Amino acid sequence: MSPAVDVKTLVIDGIDVSARADQTVLEVARENNIFIPTLCHLDGLSDVGACRLCLVEVKNSPKLFPACVLKVEEGMEVTTKSDRLLHYRQTILELLFAERNHVCSVCVTNNHCELQATAQSQGLTHVRLPYRSPRLGVDASNERFVADQNRCILCTRCVRVCDEIEGAHVWDVMGRGIDSMVITDLMQPWGESSCTRCGKCVNVCPTGALFDKTKVGSDHPKYPDFVPYLNMMREGR
Amino acid sequence: MNKIKLATVWLDGCSGCHMSFLDMDERLLELSSQFNLVYSPLVDFKDYPEMVDVALVEGAISSVEDEHKIQHIRKHTTLLVAMGDCAVTGNVPAMRNPFGPLPILERAYHENVSAQPQTPSVIVPALLEKVRPVHEFVSVDLYLPGCPPAADTFFTVITELLAGRIPDVASLTRFGA
Amino acid sequence: MTSEELLQIAEASTAEHEQFDFQLNVCMGTGCMSQHSDKVKAALTEEVAKSGKHCHVRQTGCMGLCAAGPLVLVEPTETRYGNVHEADAKELVDSLGGKPLERLETHLDKYFQGQQHIVLENSGHIDPEKIDEYIGRDGYQALMTALTQMDPQTVIEQISKSGLRGRGGGGYPTGLKWGMVAKAGKGQKYVICNGDEGDPGAFMDRSVLESDPQRVIEGMAIAAYAVGASKGYVYVRAEYPLAISRLTASLREARRRGFLGSNICGTTFAFDIEIRLGAGAFVCGEETALIASIEGQRGQPRPRPPYPAVSGLWGCPTLINNVETFANIAPILRNGPQWYSSIGTERSKGTKVFALTGKIANTGLVEIPMGMTLREIIFEIGGGIPNGHTFKAVQTGGPSGGCLPEEHLDLSVSYDALISAGSMMGSGGMIVMDDTSCMVNVARFFMEFCMTESCGKCVPCRAGTAQMFDLLTKICDGEATHADLDLLIDLCDVVKNTSLCGLGMTAPNPVLSTLRYFKHEYLEHIDNKYCRAGVCACAGKAPAKEEVTA
Repeated sequence: MSPAVDVKTLVIDGIDVSARADQTVLEVARENNIFIPTLCHLDGLSDVGACRLCLVEVKNSPKLFPACVLKVEEGMEVTTKSDRLLHYRQTILELLFAERNHVCSVCVTNNHCELQATAQSQGLTHVRLPYRSPRLGVDASNERFVADQNRCILCTRCVRVCDEIEGAHVWDVMGRGIDSMVITDLMQPWGESSCTRCGKCVNVCPTGALFDKTKVGSDHPKYPDFVPYLNMMREGR
Repeated sequence: MNKIKLATVWLDGCSGCHMSFLDMDERLLELSSQFNLVYSPLVDFKDYPEMVDVALVEGAISSVEDEHKIQHIRKHTTLLVAMGDCAVTGNVPAMRNPFGPLPILERAYHENVSAQPQTPSVIVPALLEKVRPVHEFVSVDLYLPGCPPAADTFFTVITELLAGRIPDVASLTRFGA
Repeated sequence: MTSEELLQIAEASTAEHEQFDFQLNVCMGTGCMSQHSDKVKAALTEEVAKSGKHCHVRQTGCMGLCAAGPLVLVEPTETRYGNVHEADAKELVDSLGGKPLERLETHLDKYFQGQQHIVLENSGHIDPEKIDEYIGRDGYQALMTALTQMDPQTVIEQISKSGLRGRGGGGYPTGLKWGMVAKAGKGQKYVICNGDEGDPGAFMDRSVLESDPQRVIEGMAIAAYAVGASKGYVYVRAEYPLAISRLTASLREARRRGFLGSNICGTTFAFDIEIRLGAGAFVCGEETALIASIEGQRGQPRPRPPYPAVSGLWGCPTLINNVETFANIAPILRNGPQWYSSIGTERSKGTKVFALTGKIANTGLVEIPMGMTLREIIFEIGGGIPNGHTFKAVQTGGPSGGCLPEEHLDLSVSYDALISAGSMMGSGGMIVMDDTSCMVNVARFFMEFCMTESCGKCVPCRAGTAQMFDLLTKICDGEATHADLDLLIDLCDVVKNTSLCGLGMTAPNPVLSTLRYFKHEYLEHIDNKYCRAGVCACAGKAPAKEEVTA
């Protein structure tokens, strides 16, 4: 006998869909081929609702909700695309591009970058905001990997994968606000940190902030799909 | 049929966008029946004409000369296109922004020079404190990101513009493309 | 502890004080302490001993009028002295029993008469470190009654009926919140008191914790009984050392008297409180960030829902209220919800404590019934604008609030009226500004505050506040264009609607409210490079008269 499954029905962008009660709107939307942009979300990691790109409208609520943590409810009517949402998403991307020094043309992940691809998917052709051009460091002390703060968008995927999957919790965030920074250990150089050199953080990093030294040029695709697979294997164990 | 007056401008960029423009190869001949290239590093006209229909601007604004030029071009152009990442975002030239212009001059004219190192003070226009994209100085009508935008992108965009339509750029190209 | 024993302690405490002819209450709040009121107290004690008068000198908490500190209150004559220094001690003690010492009298009847003290009823009247003095003024009666005569549901009903709304700023109905936590299962639950008061210019919670900490402990214990919690935390900023030491002492006293621990008031109810210190992050006043901080995590918020009432501290249902909210609980139960709801306006009941600061004569702490107009608070209680300057704006709600101009002075203070005027109640900071304040610069100040206090988690707050700050700086410097102003307005909309927590959602408010009421000042900076207050660095001249359009 199969356990009773609590099924909810809801409407996303005018399409009737059904979902398990414990699912998020993002999961259900993707299952139904409805694209919602995300940057901090990664399948297999906990959700933090930080990038705000997946904000959606819910009928009868003036507030916007991040789809990655929004649990489905019976009868819910969700809109994932509107002029207002597009404007907000574009502005958030503009804020990210203007925040640090993202120079796609000379980046190791050019053409493999989620920030770059998301900007294109949201029709962003230029950034209205002035570039802040902060002076930031590059940590190449690890024998295999490099951390370039100029390209970091603070999605904290590295922090979460290191803590939740690798169990090492080498990465964390220091500082506040615009001065926030991902660091290894208590800001020891990466090469001298307690890093296990597993490389998970590099593969989940959506931009070229974390990259592999051994790859040259912009030939630097990332393979973040291992996370749900690892989770699945562990649960099945 | 009146031919469209087309200009291309080279500010602080590597000329890669112009190269990519030329990479349209034989299609350029096809298009050129519909426009006159009235000002460009590719041709020999010295002065920017009184009125240009479409100007493709390559490069960021890095010096007082760039700033002066772009103001002039804007005044004498109907449709201004920011061509390539340098014009759109600042791109590689703007990588000096976190440091300011002085270290760049030091590097170029002192550290890397063996004989008589000196920073030029005449003829060479003064550098601006920060390198900025074109739209921070003048209004831009169309943004064409890419480093450089591909020849196919140029062909589609120019074909569309010649037909009097504004193309959907985001579907063609992106930052760094 | 039985109610008879409670009564005995109260009577003993009263009798102890009644044996003296006079009580000299010396304010030992942070404000007066910074003016060396501890030395004044020592000098008074010495003079009293010399004079042989039957007089008791004691430390008390804040008396409100911080501008005139150090303050001394003589009981039972209720004579108030301000700016008292060591050298005045002899003269002051000599005057006891005779004519009041004219020279030091505060003469601010209007300041005190306009107020109604519920939260502050004991402030300045009791020694905050002596629990018996609190009991002597009806303290712990409410807890005793609740535990022995009411079931938890009744307590919640009483609070609901009183109409009390959260005093931390949001104004969520307290009874409703309690009810949610009470309904959230039967397992481990927590009560948290939010004392992470971080708004610039706000010191209400600090003052309550310094002056009458037992009131907060009693409120928390009642709340814990009502919602079924066995453990409480007071989260106080480490920048409040005096509040922390008094609270620590008071928790010890409360345990000694059996109001914390097990078998409280002879019942099976068990509850205890721990103090947690905040490390100075403004965002830790946001409830989910505060909870993360107590858990030992980086103090940053998480998306709600789930709300703390469902999943809070360590995933357990958690009631989190502000210091002032808890301080209202005991009087409500003692005097009944009808009494409380008879005070205030239709939808905002009771009183509110405000920290009155800025360009105002009587800087200090005031407690006023809801519904009083801003004009009454500023010009009657506050004594108006000093030094011949004119009123320009009043800022309420801290960095989340807004600036209201003169035409809103007759607005009566309530949660809803302030919000509809573009500001908010907030925790109770009230900063008065005169014609020497530039409103663009004020907006810039608050934006800088939000920018540096943003936790950095979500993009719009982290990067948006920085961009808005840069744009405001550009305007202040007289270098901005109309396009910059449009961009600023657009960013306000984006940051307000897309940020993760209240900090980001409300960060644009100071800009939006100054744009609503003082747009001409923005335009003067842009068009004329002119700052009418002479604060900003822009060098332009005043626009010709006809150009000025408000």
